[in-house]
Amino acid sequence: MRNVWAVAANTFREAVRDRVLYNLVFFALLMIGAAVLVGQISIGIEQSVIVSLGLTAISVIGIFIAIFIGVGLVSKEMDKRTLYALLAKPLERWQFLAGKFVGLAMTLAVNTGAMTVGLYLALWSVKHPLTSNDWYLLAAVYLILLKLVLIVALAMLFSCFTSPFLAILFTAGIYVAGLFAGELRTMQAVDLSPSAMAVFRGVSYLLPNFENFNVMGVVAHARPVPLALVWQGTLYAAVYSLVVLVGAAMVFSRRNLK
Amino acid sequence: MPQPAIEIEGLSKEYPHGFLNLKKRKSLEDLTMQVEPGEVFGFLGPNGAGKSTTIKLLMRLIFPTSGAARILGKSIDDVSVHQQVGYLPEQPYFYDYLTAAEVLDYFARFHRLTAADRHARVQAVLKKVGLETAKKIQLRKYSKGMLQRVGLAQAILHDPEVVVLDEPMSGLDPLGRREVRDIILELKKQGRTVLFSTHILADAEMLCDRVGVIVGGKLRGVGTPGEMVGIQAQGMEILFEAGTTGKPCPMLEKATKTGERYRVQLPEAELYMCLDELKAAGARILSVTQIKPTLEEFFMNLVDADRAQANAVEVSGK
Repeated sequence: MRNVWAVAANTFREAVRDRVLYNLVFFALLMIGAAVLVGQISIGIEQSVIVSLGLTAISVIGIFIAIFIGVGLVSKEMDKRTLYALLAKPLERWQFLAGKFVGLAMTLAVNTGAMTVGLYLALWSVKHPLTSNDWYLLAAVYLILLKLVLIVALAMLFSCFTSPFLAILFTAGIYVAGLFAGELRTMQAVDLSPSAMAVFRGVSYLLPNFENFNVMGVVAHARPVPLALVWQGTLYAAVYSLVVLVGAAMVFSRRNLK
Repeated sequence: MPQPAIEIEGLSKEYPHGFLNLKKRKSLEDLTMQVEPGEVFGFLGPNGAGKSTTIKLLMRLIFPTSGAARILGKSIDDVSVHQQVGYLPEQPYFYDYLTAAEVLDYFARFHRLTAADRHARVQAVLKKVGLETAKKIQLRKYSKGMLQRVGLAQAILHDPEVVVLDEPMSGLDPLGRREVRDIILELKKQGRTVLFSTHILADAEMLCDRVGVIVGGKLRGVGTPGEMVGIQAQGMEILFEAGTTGKPCPMLEKATKTGERYRVQLPEAELYMCLDELKAAGARILSVTQIKPTLEEFFMNLVDADRAQANAVEVSGK
C-alpha cells in the first residue's frame, strides 16, 4: 500500500505542477459570467440554468482531464522512459498502475470539489439563502466524480496496449457508446434477427452505462436524489473500475517496454 | 563456492516484426554467463549488440522469449530482489517537474526507509555525484550530464549489493567520467558487485575484473580485458628520433615520419636487431610498445565475421 500511495502522491504532484488545475480559472470565469447573465435574462429559472450549466461544465472539464491525462498516465511514462528507473525499484507493475489511478482520482476529486464550491457561490449569488434541497447538488457532483473515475480506468486500460491517440479514441468512443447503453438494452428493432438482438443486448450490458451517473435533470429542479441511486452508482463504478483495472494490470504486467 | 551475484542461463529475446508481426528478430541469443560477488564486470559490445537488451531483461523491463536469470540467488521475476539492486538506465530521464532531491526522495520511498534515513541518504548521494548545489533545481533545467548523475545517484541511493549500470559514462564530460569511475571503484572497494555496459575499452580496462564481449546478440567470450582483446599482440612499434651522427640508418626507409619523429612497426622477433641498428645509427629511442588490437578493431573483426556468415547463408539460400 505504501508503494501505491507513493506513486499516487507523485501523480497528484505532477498534475499540480503541470498546471492541470488551471482549468479552475476557466470554470470560475464561466460561473461568474453565468451568474451575471442569468440574473438579467432568466426570471424564475435562475437556479435551473446555473445548476445545469455548472454541472455540465464540471462534467465536460472532468471528462477532458480524465481521458487526456488518464491516457498519458502510462503512455507518457513509457514514451519518456521515466518508467525504467521506477520499475527497477521493488515496485510491482500493478502497484504502479493502481498508484497512477489513485493519483488522478485524487486530482479529479480536488478539481471537482473546487468547481463545486464555485458552483455554490454562483448559485448563492442568484438565490439566497440556499435551501436544504440545494445540497442534493452534492449527490450529482459525487456521481459525476464516479463517472470520471470510471473513465480514468478505461483510459488506463487502453493506454496499456495501444498508442495514446488510439487510446483517446477508444476511451471517448466507449464513453459516447456508454451514454446510450440503456437505450441499446431496450431497443426494439424490427429488422434485426433475434440473435443480432441478443448480441446488441449483450454488448449493452458490457458497456459502462454512464447514464447511471446522470441526475442533472433532477437536481436542476432542486428535487431530491434517491439514496439508492447513489449507492447503486457507487457500487457500479467500483466494480466496473476494478474489473477494468485488473484487465489493465494483466496487460501491463507482461508489456515489454521499448 | 559462493553463489554468483548474477546468473544468466540461456537467455534469449526475440522481437516480432513485419506484416502481422509474423517474423521474429533475435536480439539476444542463448546468453549464459555469471557475474561473481564483489566483481566489476564489463559488458562490452558495439551499439545494437544486445547489451541493453540483457540489462533490461535483468531489470524485468522486457521479458525473455526463453531462458532464466537470477540475481543474488533470486529469480528476476521476484520483485523483492530489487531491494538489493541499483539500476542506471541508458540515457536516463526522470520526472522533469521534480528537483533532484525530490526525485531521489520519491525513489527512496520504495526502499522502506524512514523519513530521516531518506533525507540523510539523499543528501549523501547528491554530494557524492556532485549535485549538492543543484539539488533544488527542477530536472527540466538539467543538462544531459547532470541527468546522468541523478541516474547514478538513484542507482546507489539504497546502498545495493548489486549495481547495474547501462552506459554509465554516456553524456559525461571528462571530469564526470572520472567521477563515475571513482564511484565504481568505491563500490568495488565496498564489496559490491557492479555490472556495467560500455563500448569504450579504456573504461573496461581500467575498471573491470572481467569483461563479456557480445556482438550480434551472441556472447563471444568472457575473460579479463587483457585476455579478450590483447591476447594476440600484433607486433611491436618503435618511436624514435633520427641520430645526429650522420651514420646511415636503414630503418628510416621503413619508418613513417611524423614531425621530427619516426614510427616503425615490426614483428616481435625482429625487435632487438632493429634496436641495435638504431643504436648504431645514434637514434634516440622514445618508446617501444606492443601493438594490440583496439576494442574497435576487435569488434569490427567480430562484426565482419558475422556479416560474412550472414552473406554466406544468404548466398546459399539463393
